[in-house]
Amino acid sequence: MGITLLAFYLFAIVAVCSGLFVVLARNPVHSVLWLILAFFSAVGMFILVGAEFIAMLLAIVYVGAVAVLFLFVVMMLDVDFVELKGGMAKYLPFGLAIGAVLLIELGLVFGHWNVADNAEALRQSVTPDIADKHNTIALGSVIYTDYIYLFQASGLILLVAMIGAIVLTLRHRTDVKRQNIQTQMHRDPAKTMEIKNVKPGQGL
Amino acid sequence: MDELLREYLPILIFLGVAAGLGLVLILAAVIVAVRNPDAEKISAYECGFNAFDDARMKFDIRFYLVSILFIIFDLEVAFLFPWAASFQHVGIVGFWSMMVFLGVLTIGFAYEWKKGALEWE
Repeated sequence: MGITLLAFYLFAIVAVCSGLFVVLARNPVHSVLWLILAFFSAVGMFILVGAEFIAMLLAIVYVGAVAVLFLFVVMMLDVDFVELKGGMAKYLPFGLAIGAVLLIELGLVFGHWNVADNAEALRQSVTPDIADKHNTIALGSVIYTDYIYLFQASGLILLVAMIGAIVLTLRHRTDVKRQNIQTQMHRDPAKTMEIKNVKPGQGL
Repeated sequence: MDELLREYLPILIFLGVAAGLGLVLILAAVIVAVRNPDAEKISAYECGFNAFDDARMKFDIRFYLVSILFIIFDLEVAFLFPWAASFQHVGIVGFWSMMVFLGVLTIGFAYEWKKGALEWE
């Protein structure tokens, strides 16, 4: 148990620190790298509570894909950081006001948080013990049957995202030469090549 | 539970070794290596030219399209894992619900193929 506790504190400290550096780093690219570290420590903590599938999902989807996308966005924005910092003083009161409102809202939510009587029991019943049923199997046995509508809705959301991304960003350029495999395959050497007898001293 | 975590212990050890090795190499470079930088040494090297431009430039939007399509299929595959693991528990309903899910995404795949989003021009 000692190693588990040690690993938990290690991951927790790394997660909190890297989360802090995401905000504090001056260079947005560095922030994204800190964000990846925060995701990785979250993966470690998920594994410690036995949620293997969620952990791997976090590693694959968030670290692999979303972080890459973040980097893309950061690189694509082409922002001038000196220019951005110039507006800092102007927007500081506004930002502080929004932060204060959010903090008050969070405080109000926590102040009025009522835990339902059977909340503990509900939590216990949903997740089977890790010893008799593997976490991934436990998830799989409810996602596709009990939560079939949500599952199908997620498929539709993915479809919408796919079509939306294509509609928004795909532009066909007409000024480039494209490879047409069909015409390449059906190319007949007899029609494309021609042997000419060139007499010495004369051109074609 | 402990059984599960014991399987991950090698990864934790490996993580420690990797972090330690990384730190040692960086610190060794800081302590041991000779450093007397000048403007030419620390400027970006671009194959003998003077650097044309800043490295931070606008990318073509098509890189973004490729990566977002990758994420979508990544998520689709992620849904396949618990389905495959619990295949004997989900029964016929689970099987067909996954088939419908895959069918919907295949429609999207056909769309992007026909649209030419997978082609690089």
